[in-house]
Amino acid sequence: MPDTLTKFIFGRLTWESLPLHEPIVVATFIAVALGGIALLGVITYFKLWTYLWREWFTSVDHKKIGIMYMVLGLVMLLRGFSDAIMMRLQQAIAFNGSEGYLNSHHYDQIFTAHGVIMIFFVAMPFVTGLMNFVVPLQIGARDVSFPFLNNFSFWMTVGGAILVMASLFVGEFARTGWLAYPPLSGIGYSPDVGVDYYIWALQVAGVGTTLSGINLICTIIKMRAPGMTMMRMPVFTWTSLCTNVLIVASFPVLTAVLSLLALDRYVGTNFFTNDFGGNPMMYVNLIWIWGHPEVYILILPLFGVFSEVTSTFSGKRLFGYTSMVYATVVITILSYLVWLHHFFTMGSGASVNSFFGITTMIISIPTGAKIFNWLFTMYRGRIRFELPMMWTVAFMLTFTVGGMTGVLLAVPPADFVLHNSLFLIAHFHNVIIGGVLFGLFAGIAYWWPKAFGFKLDPFWGKVSFWCWVVGFWFAFMPLYILGLMGVTRRMRVFDDPSLQIWFVIAAFGAVLIACGIAAFLIQIFVSIRRREALADPTGDPWDGRTLEWSTSSPPPAYNFAFTPVIRDNDAWWDMKQAGYIRPLAGFKPIHMPSNTGTGIILAAFSVALGFGLIWYIWWLAALSFVCLIATAIGHTFNYHRDFHIPAAEVTRTEKARTTLLAAQG
Amino acid sequence: MKRFGALLLLPLAGLLSGCDMVVLAPAGDVAAQQRDLLVVSTLLMLVIIVPVMALTVFFAWRYRQSNASATYAPDWDHSTKLELVIWAAPLLIIICLGALTWLGTHLLDPYRRIDRIEPGQPVTQLHKPLRVEVVALDWKWLFIYPDYGIAAVNELAAPVNQPIDFRITSSAVMNSFYIPALAGQIYAMPAMETKLHAVINRPGTYSGFSANYSGAGFSGMRFAFHGLSDQAFDQWVAQARTASAALSRDSYLELEKPSENEPVRHYASVDPDLYGAILNLCVERGKMCMNEMMSIDAKGGLGLAGVRNTLPLQYDKVARRGAVFGNDPSYVASICTAEEAAAVSRAASDATPANWPAKNLSPLRGAGLLRPGTESRRAEADAPSLGLLRREL
Repeated sequence: MPDTLTKFIFGRLTWESLPLHEPIVVATFIAVALGGIALLGVITYFKLWTYLWREWFTSVDHKKIGIMYMVLGLVMLLRGFSDAIMMRLQQAIAFNGSEGYLNSHHYDQIFTAHGVIMIFFVAMPFVTGLMNFVVPLQIGARDVSFPFLNNFSFWMTVGGAILVMASLFVGEFARTGWLAYPPLSGIGYSPDVGVDYYIWALQVAGVGTTLSGINLICTIIKMRAPGMTMMRMPVFTWTSLCTNVLIVASFPVLTAVLSLLALDRYVGTNFFTNDFGGNPMMYVNLIWIWGHPEVYILILPLFGVFSEVTSTFSGKRLFGYTSMVYATVVITILSYLVWLHHFFTMGSGASVNSFFGITTMIISIPTGAKIFNWLFTMYRGRIRFELPMMWTVAFMLTFTVGGMTGVLLAVPPADFVLHNSLFLIAHFHNVIIGGVLFGLFAGIAYWWPKAFGFKLDPFWGKVSFWCWVVGFWFAFMPLYILGLMGVTRRMRVFDDPSLQIWFVIAAFGAVLIACGIAAFLIQIFVSIRRREALADPTGDPWDGRTLEWSTSSPPPAYNFAFTPVIRDNDAWWDMKQAGYIRPLAGFKPIHMPSNTGTGIILAAFSVALGFGLIWYIWWLAALSFVCLIATAIGHTFNYHRDFHIPAAEVTRTEKARTTLLAAQG
Repeated sequence: MKRFGALLLLPLAGLLSGCDMVVLAPAGDVAAQQRDLLVVSTLLMLVIIVPVMALTVFFAWRYRQSNASATYAPDWDHSTKLELVIWAAPLLIIICLGALTWLGTHLLDPYRRIDRIEPGQPVTQLHKPLRVEVVALDWKWLFIYPDYGIAAVNELAAPVNQPIDFRITSSAVMNSFYIPALAGQIYAMPAMETKLHAVINRPGTYSGFSANYSGAGFSGMRFAFHGLSDQAFDQWVAQARTASAALSRDSYLELEKPSENEPVRHYASVDPDLYGAILNLCVERGKMCMNEMMSIDAKGGLGLAGVRNTLPLQYDKVARRGAVFGNDPSYVASICTAEEAAAVSRAASDATPANWPAKNLSPLRGAGLLRPGTESRRAEADAPSLGLLRREL
């Protein structure tokens, strides 16, 4: 085949693009390929394809989409954590002239991929999944405002994840750090496909995130049950609302800045180049104008989870609901006024640095108020230490330390000595693991029975809990110390042997965390096996307070047979106190959205478009772009968008629940 | 877990005493003041963190379900007094911390010339600052001593108790110039100049490195920083002058090419205009300097003709590749000669040591803070500024 034709068909994709020279990657590929083939085989053997396609992939049910988001987060957690443990191992052995076992080409991709995956494809899907599942149930809605958009958003997030995963086996990922600062990420210094994978994976996933943000804002604003005023919304719904406002206001900035970087790399513009009037600092400003709100996007919903959990398991109303809401809103606004604290050391003047340092500290005031509110919710309660509450107490003890080191880093002169050090790494893992991840585990343990109708096995949950908590302290306290010893981040080899012991301790902590993840997976497996024993037929296993506990577990497709009427912010608690009686007759047909495969098809074309752009396969990019637009337009002619669940079927479903409840006595 | 933790403390204490926490025990006065601020801030925050953590544990234990004797108030959810306390307590701490931050940030601004050598010893006319021009290269450090006409790769030396005046830039990508024992870090960025003022108080060899990831050779981008006595420093300079190599534009372009784990190297002489040319991205002759370009643009630019004033670029740090749909890599051709451009750079440079120490070192006008050198409060001015702050606290 002539060379030009090969180039036309495959762009810059050649046999050399496959990392066959990296034994670790090859072994991983073989393992993943075998696992994948086995999984596909099992699905085919049990003839599950139709079921998966009809009931899950094309589903517009917010509950199923929420669960699929959680599965995506979990799968990507395994990938992101493999990167973490490889880094810990490398840093624990690369001393005394040893190069470790990773060359810089591989190691630099690993720390970049770890950051990108953990933020965009672990934390974000987990948080979005939780909001997707819980919010409509909490506000008494039957689905989100735009059910098809929800399905499309999910598959776009998957599309981004697929591109990141593809970079492991086809080509390479960025070697720039997770925010890809230019000029290093420019075409001059990163001419390979790594940064292009980064750009297009985030752009594809970013479409999903932004649309899902719009969707949830509309849902919360427009679809609350009658009587649920803004100040009667559950706190988790409030924090979700604020998070989605942050998403909608900040993700377009990310999209814009990555587009500018893409223009620099593809058409030779000079937004962020050294020459021709480009300014790399502009990129750093823009990416952090997205990046700082992003950390609040991650943590705010979990603050909501902790509020729900503390109040439920203390058997008490949440202390200071109003101040909790205002604290959330204040954090939302302030999160836009602090971005410069990520680069005090770039030479801004003292006044600019002080301004951003002080605004950062001010955020700790509403955050502190929240912690006090949880504290006084526990005060004079009757605390049941079930798994979600254990995670919450661990969070309160861990997060305060992370918050303290965060405020410390907000003091510019202190930041000058700690910026980019392992102290910083310890700080943000302290708040992300201690806050976001502990919150997610609390939320999963809390809402699992609602999603599946049985509780999670408490023994393996406790094993996972202790492994995570102890593992976290072992893995990251040494990093605080190393930071104070002047050790910077992203180092591959070290020459000072006195540092090694701390890296070994940190690696031990990482192994404990690995056990925590394993125990979590075992917990899910064991719980599914023991689902009869762990079953919760009541739909209200924790003596809950908010609306989601008023319906069955798992909830029917329509969530609520009748839309509830709200009189109090602990709506379900109020209904229980008032002696609420389930309606048993008079059901009406329920209007519901129809499933559609368009979302998954659009996302597939987006992945193809991204792949074409990454590898300069222009025919593929053009073709998939045309198909993308055509499918989107074609979908507007789809008139089979909705249907009615007949009253008879609703009656049947509700009757089944009545029987089940009666069996409980 | 508690018992487990207590057992751990013993070897931990041993380990901690064995390790060298350079950030907490630096050898330079600026780093020491930064350390002080770090410690004071931590203590200030512990005022609220410790009670919160203690209360968390106490409430969790006291109000456990099995403790039937504890009060249970399921509907109690508001107390104006408590709300006031929980908002006011963090607010007060942050007001204190904010004040500390405002003062500390201004006093320890790396661009501000230092006003003391160490506590109790202000900078005087006798302290002539040592000027060092720092260039972060892929992946090594170049230090130029304009006052001595020498340069070194991956080795920096300075006499103790003498102010050091760093000018910092980079050849290609972002780095961060950091010697933990000396002072906080500051980014090194191409076509931009950052400044750092510091002093080393104890002789010794300290490690310096890049604190911002810059590519494949980043881990090896380390250098030794020697704090030397005056005589030892003179010897070091004399030794550097005996080196055979000279740093010209051509040898710089050779040095600039990416390389990893470079050994220490000295240059007996340096082209005096080299640093300005590196900063303005015009070491290659014929390339227009950034400052030249900016002054042309400030006067309205060259119009459409300027768009065509480019030449094809052969090499730019790494063999430069252009964007797939872009023009071929090119650069803006200079209008004046390299010498003319260098003369302009020199004239624009404000780094004349003659005005040292400046009359008004600090633009600070915060209450309780002195403007260094103020006649009326000369006696207090001798006291260290942050020390004064600490006394007032």
